Amino acid sequence: MIYKVLTANRLGDGIAVWLNASGEWTTSLQEALVARHAEAEASLEAIGKRDFAANKVLDVNLVEVEEDGETIRPIRLRERIRAEGPTVGYGENAYAPTRAA
Amino acid sequence: MYRYDEFDHAFVSARVAQFRDQVERRLSGEIAEDAFRPLRLMNGVYLQLHAYMLRVAIPYGTLNAKQMRMLAHIARKYDRGYGHFTTRQNIQYNWPKLSDTPDILTDLASVEMHAIQTSGNCIRNVTADHFAGAAADEAADPRPYAEILRQWSSVHPEFSFLPRKFKIAVTGSEHDRAAIQVHDIGLQLKKNDKGELGFAVWVGGGQGRTPLLAKKIRDFLPEEDLLSYTTAIVRVYNLHGRRDNKYKARIKILVHETGVEELTRQIEAEFVHLKDGELKLPDQDIAAITNYFAPPALPERPEGWANLAAWKKADEGFARWVQQNVHPHKNPDYASVTISLKPIGGIPGDATDSQMDLVADLAEEYAFDEIRISHEQNIIFPHVAIADLEPLYRALQPAGLGTANAGLITDIIACPGLDYCALANARSIPVAQELSTRFGSAERQAEIGELKIKISGCINACGHHHVGHIGLLGVEKKGAELYQITLGGSADENSSIGEIIGRGFEPEKVTDAVETVVNTYLAIRTHASERFIDTYRRVGPQPFKDALYGPSSKAA
Repeated sequence: MIYKVLTANRLGDGIAVWLNASGEWTTSLQEALVARHAEAEASLEAIGKRDFAANKVLDVNLVEVEEDGETIRPIRLRERIRAEGPTVGYGENAYAPTRAA
Repeated sequence: MYRYDEFDHAFVSARVAQFRDQVERRLSGEIAEDAFRPLRLMNGVYLQLHAYMLRVAIPYGTLNAKQMRMLAHIARKYDRGYGHFTTRQNIQYNWPKLSDTPDILTDLASVEMHAIQTSGNCIRNVTADHFAGAAADEAADPRPYAEILRQWSSVHPEFSFLPRKFKIAVTGSEHDRAAIQVHDIGLQLKKNDKGELGFAVWVGGGQGRTPLLAKKIRDFLPEEDLLSYTTAIVRVYNLHGRRDNKYKARIKILVHETGVEELTRQIEAEFVHLKDGELKLPDQDIAAITNYFAPPALPERPEGWANLAAWKKADEGFARWVQQNVHPHKNPDYASVTISLKPIGGIPGDATDSQMDLVADLAEEYAFDEIRISHEQNIIFPHVAIADLEPLYRALQPAGLGTANAGLITDIIACPGLDYCALANARSIPVAQELSTRFGSAERQAEIGELKIKISGCINACGHHHVGHIGLLGVEKKGAELYQITLGGSADENSSIGEIIGRGFEPEKVTDAVETVVNTYLAIRTHASERFIDTYRRVGPQPFKDALYGPSSKAA
């Protein structure tokens, strides 16, 4: 089944975040609240609009995910990379093997 | 190089103070994102996938050791220990906090740098030949004119809200190393029969969604008319460029839709009004700016040639590096050196803070404190004595900066792609790394010869794929990455837009596909000195298409 989570970037540092069940923004997708029906999605959207208006976050979006047991996995590659970080190493670690995404 | 005068210092400092206030008000909630976004973009602050990104301007790719050290300091203090040099000769930081950006800009201002006009629909950083001021084949150093254009275009009130961004490139040589034919305006500095300096003027080139080569609209524009003619071009564009459709808003579309003859007529008509007005460049002003770019006093170092022969004989790796990464200089005792940011299996254009510090130290020791960034994402020392090449190489090598691959198949241009960029549809960096590793052997690269691979993660073409001898465009198809191959592109004085060869390849197959293209070239070239691009122009796409898709395939 395809569900939705709410994601954004934090205002102060721009880091990608997801909304959790406590209504807080977390840097871990795996802690995100998964909306499994339309009402929950609407609720997430409302919180997103509120926190955008309150200047906590920006670029707020509902994104599609699927669940594999306990693991939340975004449908789109873009969102998987947002959640896990660049698939390549960087800086002193630039030669690290590419991570599957 | 150019040094800020009192006006420049005051202007940049005022701009930093203004942005500091804007950031504080944004963080306190006084300014909403919709209002703040254009303000941060005017100061080079983007929002990407994982974080903010700061793009810092390196005017025409020229900087000194002190400035390079500051770039290293920023990477270390405010980012994650590295930066990414771009095809506009700029540097990008991938992880700055918004709250730190005013301090970063303050640090940059202390070394006469900023991030102004690295975004937005304005005239962007003017790029230039990375060997400018040193190349044996140039008519004159193009950077004084790039600096004049920089000063003229900085917060130009008429041209701060153009239909779309606007890019200018300047070269001083017949052999174009600045890709002027894929710029909104391309300028080739040249001398006429009387020995006077002027410009061939090209207009309407660009890549992106609709790749088009520029059209030459003036074969010789006297140097005194540089600003008045450029103003005429940008004014006509500002008036008639399309604002109804972002994808048709660049001047290339205006040139295409209006026709080059009619557009030239409009530009010339506007120019008549401007020609002898306040924009006419007085000789003394050109001379004053040119003085800033006077080459360093280069002492005679004739001993280099004898040493060089012995060093090359003793060390094959050094000999290869000299062969590939050392370029002829006006002064026979000197050379220009390409410090490759394309280590085998590495990330094109990335440099760590310690690498940047080392480059700064070596620039002071061996290169008269002059550094350039090339649009091909490498670092250049324009003035190095032949006698100092060996110790320079010995110092670069342990830091991963001595790769002997300038112009070869592993000297790949790649945009940040979907690993970082909010606009991208596919990754670029892992593709570049795998290709680099596949073709990494020195012998194999030497056998293949000059071959430029350029990779973009979306149609915006920051990785210049349209003008790669082999271009790769990453797209998203049915939720997965797919790489479209173009062949036959080029960004020199014989520019061409690459042709799509056929259906795309999955990530795990694209390296094999490129290898098939390369092996096909090796099999059909007439002799070892026939470059890939020459072979392609001779035989066309069909042999490559046959090799990739089978002999029954039709040319794309």
